Amino acid sequence: MLNSGAHLSAKIFADDIEQKPTRDGFGTGSVEAGKVDSRVVVLCADLKESTRAEWFEKEFPERCIELGVAEQNMATVAAGLALAGKIPFIASYAVFSPGRNYEQIRTTIALNNVPVKLCGMHAGVSVGPDGATHQMLEDIGMMRMLPNMTVLAPGDAEEARKAVVAAAKTDGPVYLRFGRAPTPVFTTPETPFSIGKALTLWSSENPKVAILSTGSLSYAALVAARSLAASGIGSLVLHVPTIKPLDEETVLGAAKQTGRVITIEEHQAAGGLGSTIAEFLSEHHPVPLRRLGVQDMFGQSGTPLELLAHYGLDAPHLEAAVRAFIS
Amino acid sequence: MALTDDEIQQLESRAEAIRETIIGMLVNAGSGHTAGPLGMADIFTAFYFHILNHRPREPDWEERDRLILSNGHICPVRYAAMAHAGYFPVEECLTLRKFGSRLQGHPERLRLPGLETTSGPLGSGLSQAAGIAYAFRMDEKMSDLRGPTSDVGPRRSYMGEKRRVYCLMSDGEQQEGNTWEAALFAGKHKLSNLTAVIDRNNIQIDGMTEDVMPLEPLADKYRAFNWHVLEVNGNDISAFIAAVEEAKVVYEAARPTLIIAHTIPGKGVPEIEFDYHWHGKPPSAEEGKRFLKEIRSMGGKVQHEYA
Repeated sequence: MLNSGAHLSAKIFADDIEQKPTRDGFGTGSVEAGKVDSRVVVLCADLKESTRAEWFEKEFPERCIELGVAEQNMATVAAGLALAGKIPFIASYAVFSPGRNYEQIRTTIALNNVPVKLCGMHAGVSVGPDGATHQMLEDIGMMRMLPNMTVLAPGDAEEARKAVVAAAKTDGPVYLRFGRAPTPVFTTPETPFSIGKALTLWSSENPKVAILSTGSLSYAALVAARSLAASGIGSLVLHVPTIKPLDEETVLGAAKQTGRVITIEEHQAAGGLGSTIAEFLSEHHPVPLRRLGVQDMFGQSGTPLELLAHYGLDAPHLEAAVRAFIS
Repeated sequence: MALTDDEIQQLESRAEAIRETIIGMLVNAGSGHTAGPLGMADIFTAFYFHILNHRPREPDWEERDRLILSNGHICPVRYAAMAHAGYFPVEECLTLRKFGSRLQGHPERLRLPGLETTSGPLGSGLSQAAGIAYAFRMDEKMSDLRGPTSDVGPRRSYMGEKRRVYCLMSDGEQQEGNTWEAALFAGKHKLSNLTAVIDRNNIQIDGMTEDVMPLEPLADKYRAFNWHVLEVNGNDISAFIAAVEEAKVVYEAARPTLIIAHTIPGKGVPEIEFDYHWHGKPPSAEEGKRFLKEIRSMGGKVQHEYA
């Protein structure tokens, strides 16, 4: 059953649950952070509308900096701004930032340990028709390997807002991952969020499996859990919006309680949440484990729903994977 | 304000001492770059002993000028100049590249106060310097809005106007795309509080820059990006200082300034001057002894010329 402590949306399983892209949470969150702290600045690279940087620009035109199509410069100018006391958020598509400017991020932001907040938009196959070139599937892996870096993949627009506000208050660099397509807003302003904490969304009385998910696929995990429960299969759904630092205590508890873990994410199965969990549990509490993600392939054009289904990243595929896993 | 002959001579002997320290550091480290640090010793002397508004014993002093070293590999000259200026004991220079040293093979901001940033991978310094210059200008505007005596604003009334940002680059890293992205940005925003310096010594690891990937006409390229460009002999301390002073005046022209400083790689040690093979290797102990002699005799010659 739903975890009442999570204060999820009253329309959680209704057809008309509100749908918004998580990038909207960058728009609202950056404005909120900007109101609280005048050091917050937003940098963009010719993608003001689609990254929602223009929401910040409307409120704080003098604190929004346009770099043109130059992501390497965006990262390094941000490092300079941070060295001079600002809290820069840099926003672009994840394939370009951190895709193109990885070394600049590594040296001038991570090793330099300055509070630049990297906002990777349009992550995952749900970018849709733009195709493989624009569907970033490796960013979590790239970012979580960097020392000093915090890595966040919020589950919906509301949580994304909270993540942006929290990132602004955090010392050091943070990577935040956002999606393009509208997805269900399953959390509410009352839903707890703090960096480094996982959130139980669903927990049956005798769960046979723990479903660990990140980003907007946590909603698919919830839908799958409800359907499994209807046929008598108990599960636990743990939403993991902070991939680094991992909430080890909660993850360990879920593994101990269920004895089986399955992960799902809109990322390569290698390097992302699934790898993070596999690395941690294999050392601390080895249990049978399955990782759902994109299996060493690039994406392609299509609608978000077509693509998620094709790569096995929706509720029906997750449910089938759980059934196969526990039998 | 023109320098007196005495002041120039003092700076030149500083540069000589810094070159000697560099040779000792490189011999002791057994690895590192020789040509660039020697070629830039005069410019670093000019910065740390004349140009920069800084406090060696208070490296985080907020009102200091910022000196970003983009081509981090020439850090031995920065370390030596900082030590001679009083940031840390000169003896510590001999820890260069050793395990546990604050003097890493490439400079790391968090290890040694006063380094301003972490660098090594080429082409990223100009953007960072431009970011700092942009932030200073934002602060200046904020304090303008609030007025210099406001008690709600940050304690930096008109500070942005005073703090200058300098960025030292190699000529080789002009081949990096990131450098030109930064040049566009600084030109667009007319960052007149930013002065960049290119160490135009014409060598890079694989040979002469004009053979590897030609950069000329370099001055025209920056002019086309809306920079004010000056060219000087980078081994002539007073000429270099005069160029930096001119860049400050260009404030009114509202442009960033680039000083193309023509330097002699390996300057001070005639047997390695202009030789690109010395870009990335250190002298052996025996070579080090010989180089020190050459530096000292060169020093004598320079003094003689000015006498």
